Amino acid sequence: MLKISTAPHLNSPLSTRGIMGHVIIAMLPLAFMSIAYFGISALEVIITSVAGCVLFEYLISRYLMKVPNSTRDLSAVVTGLLLAFNLPAGMPIWMTLVGCLIAIGVAKMAFGGIGKNLFNPALVGRVFLFISFPVQMTHWIKPDLFHFMNLDAQTAATPLGILKHMDALSTASQHHLPQYWEMFVGYTGGSLGEVSTAAILLGFIYMLWKKIIGWEIPVYYIGTFLIFIGIHWLLTGETRYEPMTHILSGGLMLGAVFMATDYTTSPMTRRGRIIFAIGCGFLTYIIRIYSVYPEGVSFAILIMNAFVPIIDMTCIPRVFGSKERK
Amino acid sequence: MKKYTFPLGGIHINKHKRSSGLAIIPAGLPETVYIPIRQHIGSPAKILVKKGDKVKVGTLLADADGVVSADIHSSVSGEVIKIDDIIDDSGYPSTMIVIKVEGDDYEPSIDRSPDIIRDIKDDKETIIKKIQASGIVGMGGAGFPTPIKVTLPKGKKAEYLILNGIECEAYLTADDRLMVEKAEEIIIGAKILNKALGIQNAIIAIDENKPEAIKVLSELTRRYVGVNVRVCKSKYPQGAEKQLIKAITGREVPSRGLPIDVGCVVQNVGTAYAVYEAVQKNKPLFERVVTVSGDDAVDNPANYLVRVGTPASFLIKRSCSDTSRIGKIIFGGAMMGTAAVNSDAPITKLTSGVLLLNDLDAQKPQETACIRCGKCVEACPMGLRPFAIASAIKNNDDLNELRRLHTLDCIECGSCAYTCPAKIPLLDYCKLGKIELRKQK
Repeated sequence: MLKISTAPHLNSPLSTRGIMGHVIIAMLPLAFMSIAYFGISALEVIITSVAGCVLFEYLISRYLMKVPNSTRDLSAVVTGLLLAFNLPAGMPIWMTLVGCLIAIGVAKMAFGGIGKNLFNPALVGRVFLFISFPVQMTHWIKPDLFHFMNLDAQTAATPLGILKHMDALSTASQHHLPQYWEMFVGYTGGSLGEVSTAAILLGFIYMLWKKIIGWEIPVYYIGTFLIFIGIHWLLTGETRYEPMTHILSGGLMLGAVFMATDYTTSPMTRRGRIIFAIGCGFLTYIIRIYSVYPEGVSFAILIMNAFVPIIDMTCIPRVFGSKERK
Repeated sequence: MKKYTFPLGGIHINKHKRSSGLAIIPAGLPETVYIPIRQHIGSPAKILVKKGDKVKVGTLLADADGVVSADIHSSVSGEVIKIDDIIDDSGYPSTMIVIKVEGDDYEPSIDRSPDIIRDIKDDKETIIKKIQASGIVGMGGAGFPTPIKVTLPKGKKAEYLILNGIECEAYLTADDRLMVEKAEEIIIGAKILNKALGIQNAIIAIDENKPEAIKVLSELTRRYVGVNVRVCKSKYPQGAEKQLIKAITGREVPSRGLPIDVGCVVQNVGTAYAVYEAVQKNKPLFERVVTVSGDDAVDNPANYLVRVGTPASFLIKRSCSDTSRIGKIIFGGAMMGTAAVNSDAPITKLTSGVLLLNDLDAQKPQETACIRCGKCVEACPMGLRPFAIASAIKNNDDLNELRRLHTLDCIECGSCAYTCPAKIPLLDYCKLGKIELRKQK
């Protein structure tokens, strides 16, 4: 039997499921590093979060929305991993599950499922938990390489937390601020995904190589932030505004590489993505420096998520052979 | 060497050019040929023969009806046994003249000697008349009658003649082989077209993935003043007329305009070869090079010289030992070609290839939800937003929105649908949008 169909008769080998698969591979080094530093308590958060997200998406798609099971595209696994990366090791299981329900149920499925959500689901989950359970969400275990059963580990403040509570005259050594290389490799407190800048960069390079994301969002995001904090640092000369610490610690790298680059919640054109990334960088600076929070990446990306429809309406390509942008 | 390309959009496809090194071989004569009287854009030609008539190779079978039409000649010698509506590759009935092949007698006016005739004796008017009388149409696939293209509208001046030797489609190698084997004829064809257009220069644009054609033509063009080779980057759809003009001249054909609006005339290299044969050899267009290719469904990919009207099945038998493996037959390239409903559909002046896909490759992938990745926007060489066109169609054919989105500027290259990770048939939506908008006029 001959098949007939419309052109094109060739399709790119990359499917939605394939893209999600590549993103998961890109996140594996970071998952490995978090387990290496925080041990079993990190593994527990990762497994709970991924399983919770997949389970909630399955239940909601099958029984509430009555549509075919949508977990086959693996996007729920990506959300689960991202949410885990935004939580501290040792997060109580039931709280992680609440985060999964908010991320998948409220931020994703309530909007109609994959492709229709306005906000990054993992970030909505994180912010909900952060507001609801501020104590548990800032209970940072001190990373300790390859001590897997490290259940009653010490706690440690994050570098950004230290900076936030410095006064103008402090110096780095007075506050036990980690060295740059420690922050780069991973020897600092924080949530699972903030632990190792090196692992994030590895994932970034992998996604660039596989052409999953462009370089624009991460580079413009971090670049914009660097320019603003750099100027601030030069003008004040205070250690707490020191740019390298700000870039190597906290969620900036994680957010710029894995969260702000989410297809659905970022603009569709290159120009739009650049504007979006600059907005993220500027807002992160504003929140980190002027708000009561030490960290501003989640809020910055969520706020810029809300601008995506407007950016998409404004930043449209010029139609070939016409002067207007339509 | 500088490589030319267009700046906006485009994609990289796996070219599957299995037949690129294979010399053109004559396909031979089938028992019966089916010659459609409409193998071009415009009105069908008026039939001049009737059942029982004896014809020779090159005999005029049907006469152009009006300006936008083209003559149709017999590709074989024999007897007209039927004139009937027969299903063609598009799946629709088309009037065809059916000829039973007897021997291979050519019209005596056709010069069959192998010599290359370099001297162009004819003047402009005679050239256009000969092109007209030979039934030449754009052989790249559009099938626009060539006499109209070389007769410039009043007030328009041609500055560039660009011969399109890009062949950016997957699998196809017909133009590639023609450039290697008939290089000098193509250059003379360009000089003839130059004379018809009243200009001195011609540019032959070739995709960088055709090193042999580039070498042969670059060496030969040194002997021909005014004909130059330009190498283009291997990007799809580099061979699309507007994208080629942009790459070579930097000019943009205005929205809904024609190449001549920016002083350009683009002809396929196959058309230039047909012009050479028509003007220098008095040979009408009744045969062409056809690539037969595919992946594991095809044992012997080949570039055949095929008489117009030959059923595709005649070529398929020569290249494929087990036809049960075939899941889809495509007339043309894999990106823009038509899937034929049956294997007996005839080869026309516009058939650049017959591609055979296996059952697995013939399947359309399952469509999933749009993830708003923007890849279709990035891929579109016309700067359109295919995803938005698709939602305007789904939104009850919102015509104002379709117009605002410049849907009619779509060149139907299929880059959007190819690149979509959700496998949404975006090209179908764009074509639907164009149909709906054209209904309004």
